[in-house]
Amino acid sequence: MEHVEQISVFLENKAGRLAEVTRILSEAQINIRALSLADTSDFGILRLIVNNNEKAKSELKAHGFTVGKTDVVAVEVSDQPGGLHHILRILQKANVNVEYMYAFVQQSGEDAVLIFRFDNLDEALRVLKENGVKIIKGEKLYAM
Amino acid sequence: MIYNIEYETMPREAIEAIQLRRLRETVERVYATVPFYRKKFDEAGLKPGDINSLKDLHRLPFTTKQDLRDNYPYGMFAVPMDNVVRIHASSGTTGKPTVVGYTARDIATWSELMARALAAGGAGRGDIIHNAYGYGLFTGGLGVHYGAERLGASVIPISGGNTKRQVMIMKDFGPTILTCTPSYALHLAEVAGDSGVDFKDLRFKSGIFGAEPWSEEMRTEIERKLHLNAIDIYGLSEVIGPGVSIECLEAKKGLHIFEDHFIPEIINPETGEVLPNGQMGELVFTSITKEAFPIIRYRTRDVTSLDREACVCGRTLVRMNKVSGRTDDMLIIRGVNVFPSQIESVLMETDEVEPHYQLIVDRKDNLDTLSVLVEVGESAFSDEVRVLQNIEKKIAKNIKEFLGVSATVKLVEPKTIARSEGKAQRVIDKRKI
Repeated sequence: MEHVEQISVFLENKAGRLAEVTRILSEAQINIRALSLADTSDFGILRLIVNNNEKAKSELKAHGFTVGKTDVVAVEVSDQPGGLHHILRILQKANVNVEYMYAFVQQSGEDAVLIFRFDNLDEALRVLKENGVKIIKGEKLYAM
Repeated sequence: MIYNIEYETMPREAIEAIQLRRLRETVERVYATVPFYRKKFDEAGLKPGDINSLKDLHRLPFTTKQDLRDNYPYGMFAVPMDNVVRIHASSGTTGKPTVVGYTARDIATWSELMARALAAGGAGRGDIIHNAYGYGLFTGGLGVHYGAERLGASVIPISGGNTKRQVMIMKDFGPTILTCTPSYALHLAEVAGDSGVDFKDLRFKSGIFGAEPWSEEMRTEIERKLHLNAIDIYGLSEVIGPGVSIECLEAKKGLHIFEDHFIPEIINPETGEVLPNGQMGELVFTSITKEAFPIIRYRTRDVTSLDREACVCGRTLVRMNKVSGRTDDMLIIRGVNVFPSQIESVLMETDEVEPHYQLIVDRKDNLDTLSVLVEVGESAFSDEVRVLQNIEKKIAKNIKEFLGVSATVKLVEPKTIARSEGKAQRVIDKRKI
């Protein structure tokens, strides 16, 4: 699987909601690999990559959260100036639209991981691979 | 001023004699011309000839908003369309409005009653009436307009909205009487203040405010901020529109009902039993002169009581106290009738969302605000902010289109809307009326 599964959680903008999610995940022994939070004045969307998607999803749902699942792409890029720009140039040239993205670094000096959400995921994957970009498979990312 | 001395100060026996005669005529006519009434009377085992005293009115069946809905749009009309010269409508509970019609004589009656109402509130020939009730299907705008013309006053048909321009016109045209909803009156004062216009420098003597319930506290506030006499007017399109009853400038205590055209009753909303004078209950009206849309024992859902004491103004007409509430869940938001079930139908028609919602009504800067909280289920949820914001916009647009009222839509987490005994609390009204 070249796609990575990401779960997303709807959060109202009120105190303690994010902590409630992390409490549920921690009690279920679920490890968070990467996350990003998008927010507006009324609500937020928490996007998570975890080591056990199914369990995370069912635990959160059992606690009344609205949970969605989306396929995203994880890309490895060298942790140095210009790393991200290189990838974005490739996408821009091929006219591939990025819905959103976030990044994390595993260990300083090592490679960074970029998580992309595309409109057209298959097309994006094709372009990235054609340009020799290193794609991280789901299984590998969950187990990092 | 009393516009129609004869009818507004008639002795009780005389008014009751007129009422009985007109009631019998009305009952006879609806039995002959409206299948709905014929069926209802037959089911109750009543013939028009059984109405021999005003007390016999209590034997007639009630008419409800549901009955009007069942006969949408013209089923309750008692004359052929050839004789109908005007149609008005008010919002209904399922998206379909309640439709009412008027013959030329009905329009003349309504104009007369509105002329009486405006006069009771202090208007007369030579006055300039700034009429900020909405013109259109809503009865407010045209009701006041025709009454003002009948009275011989000058009317500025400004209608609702564009408040800054209204302030300019109030300043330049020198109106002496203001007609609008009480909340809009306060909003006008605020906008005027922002534009450096003080109501104290304007020429207003009286304001005739209705289409939504308001309290004595609000009267005090309006009178203080607008420097005029604030008068309450009552009416509903099912009965005729504004001009069913009016406070007098002299007492400002209770609204005189024009009993030569409408017979009021107060009933126990649970049992339908008629309550004695002075007791609080649901207000019920029977029209006794209307041609196109006569109505028998219409349940208004408004809660009030009747006061038969003599009034200092000289009118002998019974007074109803200010409406203090509703027996159903109807909300009046900026003069627009809104039933929670209407919002529910809008949500049902929006594919993405489930009809778990809560309405929060508040008053900010003297204008009613409506927030609709909608729970986000899995079908609506997206990991993209834009998609969720579009759903909010779509719901707000549909509410505006179907109900004619602006709402702020907020998505909330499932099960956040408080459910008491398994039933969601649909409405939170924070307005201090």
